[in-house]
Amino acid sequence: MGYPHPSHQKEHPVLSRHFGDAGARTFDGWVKRGGYEGLKKALGLTRDQVIDEIKASGLRGRGGAGFPTGMKWSFMPREVTKPHYLVCNADESEPGTFKDREIIRWTPHQLIEGCAIAAHAIGAERIYIYIRGEFTAEHKVLVAAVEDAYRNNALGTNVFGSGRRIDVVVHRGAGAYICGEETAMMNSLEGKRGNPRIKPPFPAAAGLWACPTTINNVETLAAAGPIMIRGAEWYKGLCLSSPKSTGTKLFSVCGHVQRPGNYEVVMGTPMRDLIFEMCGGMRPGRSLKAVIPGGSSVPIMTAAEIEDCPMDYEGIVARGSMLGSGGMIVMDDSTDIVYQVMRLARFYAHESCAQCTQCREGTAWTTKILERILAGNGKPEDIGLLLDLADNMTGKTICVLSDSCAAPVVSAIKKFRGEFEAYLSRARRPAMVSV
Amino acid sequence: MSAELVNVTIDGMTLAVPKGTSIIEAAKQAGILVPHYCYHPSLPSPAVCRMCLVEVEKAPKLVPACVTTVTEGQVVHTDSEPARRARTGVLEFLLINHPLDCPICDQAGECELQDYVFQEGQAATRYSDYAKRYNPVEDFGPDVLYVANRCILCTRCVRFMEDVAQAPVLNVSERGDRAYIGIDEGQLLDHPWAGNVVDLCPVGSLISKDFLHKARAWDLDKTASVCTGCSQGCNITIDTRDNTVVRLRPRPNLEVNRHFICDTGRMNYRWMNRGDRLEAPLVRESGKLTATDWDQALERLGALVGKGGNTVLLASAGASLESLGMVRQMLAGTRLTATVQIPTGAAEEPLQGIKGLALRRERAPNGEGARLLGYDTDWGAAVKAASSADLVVLLDVNLTDAEARLVGGAAMVVVLGTIQSQEVPNAALVLPVTNVAEENGAFVNRDQRVQRYQQARTGPGMARPAWWVAAAVGSSGPATASQAFELVCSSIPALAGLSYGDLGLLGRVGPRHALAPLGA
Repeated sequence: MGYPHPSHQKEHPVLSRHFGDAGARTFDGWVKRGGYEGLKKALGLTRDQVIDEIKASGLRGRGGAGFPTGMKWSFMPREVTKPHYLVCNADESEPGTFKDREIIRWTPHQLIEGCAIAAHAIGAERIYIYIRGEFTAEHKVLVAAVEDAYRNNALGTNVFGSGRRIDVVVHRGAGAYICGEETAMMNSLEGKRGNPRIKPPFPAAAGLWACPTTINNVETLAAAGPIMIRGAEWYKGLCLSSPKSTGTKLFSVCGHVQRPGNYEVVMGTPMRDLIFEMCGGMRPGRSLKAVIPGGSSVPIMTAAEIEDCPMDYEGIVARGSMLGSGGMIVMDDSTDIVYQVMRLARFYAHESCAQCTQCREGTAWTTKILERILAGNGKPEDIGLLLDLADNMTGKTICVLSDSCAAPVVSAIKKFRGEFEAYLSRARRPAMVSV
Repeated sequence: MSAELVNVTIDGMTLAVPKGTSIIEAAKQAGILVPHYCYHPSLPSPAVCRMCLVEVEKAPKLVPACVTTVTEGQVVHTDSEPARRARTGVLEFLLINHPLDCPICDQAGECELQDYVFQEGQAATRYSDYAKRYNPVEDFGPDVLYVANRCILCTRCVRFMEDVAQAPVLNVSERGDRAYIGIDEGQLLDHPWAGNVVDLCPVGSLISKDFLHKARAWDLDKTASVCTGCSQGCNITIDTRDNTVVRLRPRPNLEVNRHFICDTGRMNYRWMNRGDRLEAPLVRESGKLTATDWDQALERLGALVGKGGNTVLLASAGASLESLGMVRQMLAGTRLTATVQIPTGAAEEPLQGIKGLALRRERAPNGEGARLLGYDTDWGAAVKAASSADLVVLLDVNLTDAEARLVGGAAMVVVLGTIQSQEVPNAALVLPVTNVAEENGAFVNRDQRVQRYQQARTGPGMARPAWWVAAAVGSSGPATASQAFELVCSSIPALAGLSYGDLGLLGRVGPRHALAPLGA
């Protein structure tokens, strides 16, 4: 449901079915709502059977990259010669994204169940849930749920009498966006500075403490339970457009809509329906200007581009952006695009880990140029300079933070060049840039 | 590394390199230097500077040459348009916050940022209207200053302390463009090998207090030499400015010291420039030492040696193989006891990350050479024997007052010395000899690796290498260091037949083990 709003008829609540229902937070409450049946079923299957089921469901990574989950699990070595680890990425920090937070807050056992299913499938005995440091209330809920799960044998040395040992360690981040990058997260877990690592080696070969590791997003793992219970065919059937995008997806809609919040819809639902029906459309007298559909790191879309856009991985890519994390930032015609892009660039400049030259210097320089343009001090060559810097920052660094800073800049210039030029030609009054 | 070879084409040149070789190292073998900052052959590669991005055919993006290994049939372009553009971009990013204070920077002239910017950077900045990032200079420890403003955050220093010295006191502090190299709270960069961070720093960010403002890089003459600090025999370069030694730096030798030297060795050079040198041969005439020329002095030396009798030779383990061998040979007609003085330090100071590399307890470079030549090492006994000898010859040794008194008991004393204080009161003959910076020669290190060193400055006055003095006593002695070396080696079974040509600048591997390979 679109917590804090009642569920809209076009929503299809699976993961969000119990949002707003505090009774679902306890072990007993979760069991009463059909919980842990998925885990029990999975424990009765072999590793390969679980992986095959997930593969068949078409579930793809919900953190942003959209990598097929079953395939990711299948990369883990068959023979367990070293400890295997599952890391749950709950460091939800992408601007505009707030879906994992609701899953943890209302249905922590849904996450724990999914984690345990994944751990079984990849041969891991230990799960690290890396939760964003700012999620203080959610951390409390999660820790209480983990303890509850241990008490009821959903975790521990002999999970539900299956003989399988599955442990969960909840680890709090300290506020760095970059620690949401999977290899930086592993460094952070190891007690090191959260710098992304070079790939290869990939985590499945040498991840946490150089052992085989799988990292999945909260929403991805949460979906494992329902898939085990209701079957891959059911999940695969939840599809309105591209057959490569299946199931339901939580979209965090924020910005200039009347009812911002989390909305769970079937893959392929028209973006128009989400924005104009479920979220109630723009404020009176306003019209849609632009949407950043998948968290701040993806290219911006114009109102025209979203017109017939189905919300799935392929549909958004075909229109020049990405589904990403499903964090949707909606902007109406009162929005100053230059200012919004500057705020995003400033975020990336602040969060750059400082390893790679292009990112460390490029994000900060990009921000300064945007600030200069907004302050009315822009130079005619600034647009070209921004594009050139963006080119130097794209595809050349260890992780994609640098690319993520460049993408909104490039797409905004491409699609809203007039707004930049208005500042440069002094046709537009300088804007406040200090906040 | 496996012996299996793979074929790779780099900038049109096809070559076979061992499997597992990085593109950057393979390119070196093709004679191509891929510009880089964070990569260093003796450190783990983080691939963070992104300077070594090269184009590999069929790869979707540019790849860092330092961490990408070659594969069969790979075609690499290090100088294609995309690769060059990427490098120019990195250089621009590195320069926007760099102070460009080259005129007052010690690194100027040997700065990799300067070099690559000259090579392919942009002439003008596009970073206009902004103040550059500023951080104050920090005092990191006994010899190292950190000039944060010049730092390009390649992290070589951090990795050296963490992975090689294994004393991780340096870190990257802060994030984004506010980042700088930090030192842990309450810590000093005072590790016995910490000075290497100055050499590793590709820019003028980590600088040596000892070398501060001493010279411009282009004023320096560089000479291949060997460290005299201990028996490890680290390869060094002696930097001289106007005939004065101003700096010692490690010279890469993967089998002895890789790219490093310890701080004890690094600072062990001031004595090479001493002013209180023996500059002319002195003979005792009616009780007084009087300056003379080499002809007279050599005639006198020949006469003394020719008498035979009980002779004690006391030599320094810092003397060259040539000198130790030729002086011993000069005394072959006497009843000779030859002994070498080997100073010892308190303890070994190993460089943890590199097995087989340490500041050794034996604090002289050529103890092993002396042993091979049959020198004794019982110094106390030798000094005692000297007191009743017919002839004592001192080869560049420093005696305590008590030892000098004992030696004074001998019938006749000849001093081959470098500094005035090596005279003894009753010496009949004092002959000025050159020190290690002033002559060509060779040392044998603890692993019996024979290594050459070369002359870096001119000797004072009439000083001559000790081997020359000894050779000149006879009529048919060697005339060059190279001939002396061959003659001396012919008398040592382990070194028989060796010539300078065999040694090259990296020395000849001794019969004993060499340095373990990195990571072993």
